[in-house]
Amino acid sequence: MSRYEAVIGLEVHAQLLTRTKAFCSCATAFGAPPNTQVCPTCLGLPGALPVLNGKAVELAVRTALALDCAVRQESIFARKNYFYPDLPKGYQISQYDRPFSEHGHLDITVEKKGAEAVTKRAGITRVHMEEDAGKNTHDRGDVSVVDLNRSGTALVEIVGDPDLRSADEAVEYLKTVREILVFIGVNDGNLEEGSFRCDANVSIRPVGESKFGTRTELKNINSFKFVREAINYEIARQESVLECGGKIIQETRGWDEKASKTFSMRSKEEAQDYRYFPEPDLPPLVITEAFIETVRSTMPELPVAKRARFVRDHKQTPYAAQVLTTHPEVARFYEEAGALHGDFVKVGNFVQGEVLRDVRTSGLSATFPVTASQVAELLKLVDAGDISGKQAKEVYGKMVGTSKTPREWVSELGMQQVTDAAAINTVCQRVVDANPKQAEALKTGKVAMFGYFVGQVMKETKGSANPQMVNDALKRILGV
Amino acid sequence: MIEAFSIAELATKVQSGAVSATEVAHDVIARIERYNGRFNALVSVEPARILAQAAAVDQKRARGEALGALAGVPIAIKDAICTEGESTTAGSKILRGYAPPYDATVIAKLRKADALLTGKTNMDEFAMGSSNENSAYGSAKNPWDDTRTPGGSSGGSAAAVASRMALGALGSDTGGSIRQPASLTGTVGVKPTYGRVSRYGLIAFASSLDQIGPFATDVRGSARLLEVIAGHDGHDATSLNVPIDGYELACSASLKGLRVGVPEEYFAEGLSPDVEGSVRAALARLESDGCIITPIKLPHTRFAVATYYVIATAEASSNLARFDGVRYGLRVASPSLGEMYGATRDAGFGKEVKRRILLGTFVLSAGYYDAYYLRAQKMRTLIRRDFEEAFKKVDVIASPTAPTTAFKLGEKADDPLAMYLSDIYTLPASLAGVPALSVPCGADQGGMPIGLQLVAPPLQESRLFTFASAVERHYAPTLPTGVQ
Ligand SMILES: [Zn+2]
Repeated sequence: MSRYEAVIGLEVHAQLLTRTKAFCSCATAFGAPPNTQVCPTCLGLPGALPVLNGKAVELAVRTALALDCAVRQESIFARKNYFYPDLPKGYQISQYDRPFSEHGHLDITVEKKGAEAVTKRAGITRVHMEEDAGKNTHDRGDVSVVDLNRSGTALVEIVGDPDLRSADEAVEYLKTVREILVFIGVNDGNLEEGSFRCDANVSIRPVGESKFGTRTELKNINSFKFVREAINYEIARQESVLECGGKIIQETRGWDEKASKTFSMRSKEEAQDYRYFPEPDLPPLVITEAFIETVRSTMPELPVAKRARFVRDHKQTPYAAQVLTTHPEVARFYEEAGALHGDFVKVGNFVQGEVLRDVRTSGLSATFPVTASQVAELLKLVDAGDISGKQAKEVYGKMVGTSKTPREWVSELGMQQVTDAAAINTVCQRVVDANPKQAEALKTGKVAMFGYFVGQVMKETKGSANPQMVNDALKRILGV
Repeated sequence: MIEAFSIAELATKVQSGAVSATEVAHDVIARIERYNGRFNALVSVEPARILAQAAAVDQKRARGEALGALAGVPIAIKDAICTEGESTTAGSKILRGYAPPYDATVIAKLRKADALLTGKTNMDEFAMGSSNENSAYGSAKNPWDDTRTPGGSSGGSAAAVASRMALGALGSDTGGSIRQPASLTGTVGVKPTYGRVSRYGLIAFASSLDQIGPFATDVRGSARLLEVIAGHDGHDATSLNVPIDGYELACSASLKGLRVGVPEEYFAEGLSPDVEGSVRAALARLESDGCIITPIKLPHTRFAVATYYVIATAEASSNLARFDGVRYGLRVASPSLGEMYGATRDAGFGKEVKRRILLGTFVLSAGYYDAYYLRAQKMRTLIRRDFEEAFKKVDVIASPTAPTTAFKLGEKADDPLAMYLSDIYTLPASLAGVPALSVPCGADQGGMPIGLQLVAPPLQESRLFTFASAVERHYAPTLPTGVQ
């Protein structure tokens, strides 16, 4: 057991899913050729001015409400001044001493070895709006190139309180934040493309100490795995520095994926003085109570609430509720199919067992192999005894990517179950008559022989006979 | 030809077809050829563009379409205002050769009103200066005496109008950059209410203070120009969404019974006796017109210079960060990025600009912000309240525009503080965001023009035009000798 305890606070930068940028009307779509989604404003041309995107405010407020933050009626934008080629104006429009929202919190589930998972509440210091920078690329030898397509894209920065005590908690916090943002439709949660980014402030202190130790800031870590590794590395590094009698230097550190090490980027002495001051090109941001109420009333259901509802109203197990909410579209698909069919447990099982395997998600969208109504109809055919559960899986396999209804597939595959009692009786009688030896064996106690008859009947009917009816008919004919 | 007309007269002639826009264009080009060498008012002129605009206006008329309010009127544009495809350098080496890909909103409005844009006017680099001596192109000169300054920073616009190389011009006013040159050149210059005119496309000096405004040879012309360029703009979040009044109509309104406040703080040490005499005489004439002249107090006036130089330089230090050699303008090739930034900005910016960037960077620095920037903001509020209080008692405030008439070029060039003080009467209205105007009211013993400044409550530009027209009825300057 370590003498030290880690203290971790996270900063998340999340791109808001607005069609246009924060302060101009350029498109935000990812992947366009470099410098094609730009205008005087986001290029920082002389004389160009920012005008705030109302949709960005709506999504930002949604974020703040989802994190239980208080929204400030009047907040101000500020300029954060520094020179960098991907920052065309030489300053970033952000918020500083009067952000639009503060004092929120987030509940995370913390697993402890050998104990039940517990819920932990982590504070949210603030959520503020800002614009993204462009992108520098250094893969062309002597020159670096700048793509400003991303310049001016709307972001929220979510600053968490230093309430986390381990890398696992930090990762859980990030996953929870990401899930919330995705479910409320403000961010696509894509770490690789950089639309969801994270910095971690890490310090350690002797167990029992209430003062914080000197912290280091880990910048731009682009996967949950690396977050865990980087924080664990940093905790161990700080412990060994202190154990050897050294002092932690306040600095910014990066994560070297190849070496699995953090490395120093710049120390506090080299830290920039950003010279924040109120952005004179933008009036104060006024968010009225009425606007907040509108956003609140149109707020999509949060994942935690959704899971609770699936358990309470749909009688799902907590595990199934978790699986059915891995993505907002999966949850939507399940609910739609469930409503069409009526039995949410059956639908949930089928979605988990079959459909999920073939779902492809990308950001907020997902592609499904079949439609919800196809699933509902398919399961209704099973309910009606038209096809067996096993056949349903087969039909599903055929149906993938087609628009034919399950019923059309069933008839095309010749699977229509025979439920005509007379017809089934005839076949059963014929099979019994043709196998007198086996019938005799059964009657003398060889119970397993019953399966043989069932198999023969199913073989003759190419599996299309209703199994229950076959059972009943055979039992009657054979007198067992 | 054009020197014989006011803006309104020339527009009427072109609208009626008595004079073609093309004739105007040829006359303007000839005048520029004749006078610009002497006054250095315009730093970039493209005759082909002037002629093309004129031809378009004439064709429009030939098609039977109604012409705009500025039909065929030659308007010069401060070099800080973006004109698509045309050189726009803000008087700086760092933007030499830069041609923006878009028109400022005011430019689009002028084009729509069928004006002839005659070229870009000389200015102090990034509008930082009061004499035009900080221009990378050499100073513009005063048409009344070419050894003297036309004022700054919009000195080129003022000189172009005073010498009738244009009948109107656009300038920008951050702390007096329209009013002071207007005063020094015997022209009318208007700084509108902050937010009245879109700043989209104006290369920023100090965003919370900058306003584009008109110069003209007469009050009515300035009113017409403002009517064309004013109004809400979706590209400028600080532009006000309020209706524009009939400014030209206001020129003929009666001022009987209106109250004129005279701030005693403005008639203090440093004010030249000739200027004081002219201004007081003009006030007496207003009184004889039926105005009530009332002494008022603007007690925080003495803090205006310090307040202004903290706020304006702070904003400028940030606004000028974009000139970094990466995307446009000058780039001095260097071994590293940091060195490129340094070398580019060192070579591209002039002395005064560097001085203000340093000052502005300092006042925003950690540990100094509260003592300087925050305090200046508080003082700005007090200065704004001075005006609010005063306007409870009076309709307009009248004062000298500048403490002296045009000084000699070089006279204050090495004394920035003395230079800063030449804006002492214009700074408070800028800090308060209220509209103000300078109108000629006399001349000193040497014949150099003297301007009267009028200040009105927010959005009350109409009052400025009413009072200025009255001042003008009593005194209208002649043309400078040598440019008739
Ligand atoms: Zn843009």
